[in-house]
Amino acid sequence: MNYHWNWGIFGEQVKGGEETYLDWLATGLGWTLAVSLTAWLLALVIGIAVGALRTAPSRPIALIGSAWVELFRNIPLLVQMFLWFFVVPELLPQEWGLWVKQDMPAKEFVTAALCLGFFTSARVAEQVRAGIGSLPRGQRDAALALGLTLPQTYRHVILPQALRIVIPPLTSEFMNVFKNSSIAFAIGVMELTFQARQMQEDSEQGIETYLAVTLLYFICAFAANRGMAWIEARTRVPGLIARTS
Amino acid sequence: MGEFDFSVWGPSLPFIRDGLLFTLRLTLIAMSGGIVIGTLLALARLSPVKPLSLVAGAYVDTMRSIPLVMVILWFFLVIPFLTGTPVGAETSAIITFTAFEAAFYCEIMRSGIQSVPRGQVWAAQALGLTQTQAMVHVVLPQALRNMLPVLLTQTIVLFQDTSLVYAIGAKDLLKAADVVGKNYNRPVEMIVLSALIYFAICFSLSLAVRQLQKRVAIVR
Repeated sequence: MNYHWNWGIFGEQVKGGEETYLDWLATGLGWTLAVSLTAWLLALVIGIAVGALRTAPSRPIALIGSAWVELFRNIPLLVQMFLWFFVVPELLPQEWGLWVKQDMPAKEFVTAALCLGFFTSARVAEQVRAGIGSLPRGQRDAALALGLTLPQTYRHVILPQALRIVIPPLTSEFMNVFKNSSIAFAIGVMELTFQARQMQEDSEQGIETYLAVTLLYFICAFAANRGMAWIEARTRVPGLIARTS
Repeated sequence: MGEFDFSVWGPSLPFIRDGLLFTLRLTLIAMSGGIVIGTLLALARLSPVKPLSLVAGAYVDTMRSIPLVMVILWFFLVIPFLTGTPVGAETSAIITFTAFEAAFYCEIMRSGIQSVPRGQVWAAQALGLTQTQAMVHVVLPQALRNMLPVLLTQTIVLFQDTSLVYAIGAKDLLKAADVVGKNYNRPVEMIVLSALIYFAICFSLSLAVRQLQKRVAIVR
């Protein structure tokens, strides 16, 4: 138990560079936010579409929806990162693959955001499907009886209700996105975990480093939670039993 | 389209097998340890003794809000300070996953315990069972049975999460695939192989859990 505490480490310059360790952490936070928020947007759009497809009356369409969910749920996220980073460029036509490997700007970021977005979309889809399933049957029947087409029924009747019902589980998914974004370190995105490992090796002040990074993750998750709670309060479906806080 | 050469899969199998065995061992130890510690944590969380429930609650909430990769790095850094000797990545991984998963199993067991009707406890007390006996013989068996599918689903998640020991270099399935891929200069084929193995195992387990779910439901 002989550890030399040095809380001033964050202001010190990194070895062989002009920046301070604080700059490294700030860069890390920036990439973590960028990856997480991009992935979340993607996950919402795809997840809502796939979740709706899974409740479609057509069997082949519902099957495509479930295949999507099973594919992304049964492979570890880290392996999915490697698949997107190393394998997908090989599957593209040759010129495209070459462009992705050599010239694509912010290659690591784009790959990580896509991967995390698709992974999370499968989980959002499950929540959306559950939300749609929880609506009374009469809602759909009434809309169809009024002469709305099926897409119109989803657009104007089913989704506006279902999406508001599933905000609480989506809140924890949103918080998970920040946690899962840490895996992007493995393909070289310079996010918080990447910086934590780099700073720990460079400064040898592991405990201070990890404490700071852990705290930053806490703040991200907390902000995500409050943001979603704000949206939840604003979009409550009138007439339903809901938490009032 | 790149050029694929899947012939590397043959010679890679002995390495993959060793890696898979470690992954399975890690999963099983973390699952059994995690369920035992998780149940104790759940009892502590539900305990009327305030300090006990606060400490358990704080532990569980902390674990659940930190990214797993950071937890793995934390334990790898801190365990040598606590024990005084360096530990290998494998041992560190086993300790980390047991401690981490305990928090998740705790929440599952807690909702399992809370799902048992109160009348069961009253009936046990009326029959003269002590509080401990009622918990061990009446409440926990029902909680466990109610939660079995969820516990197993969490174990599938755990099985996938073990791939994150990559961060400290423990030799699991993914690491084995990684090493073979580098040695034979066929990284792409080896990533595909590891993805297929993970998918085959997780998908069949989740189908099995779905079947089980239909069978274990307690008829009331």
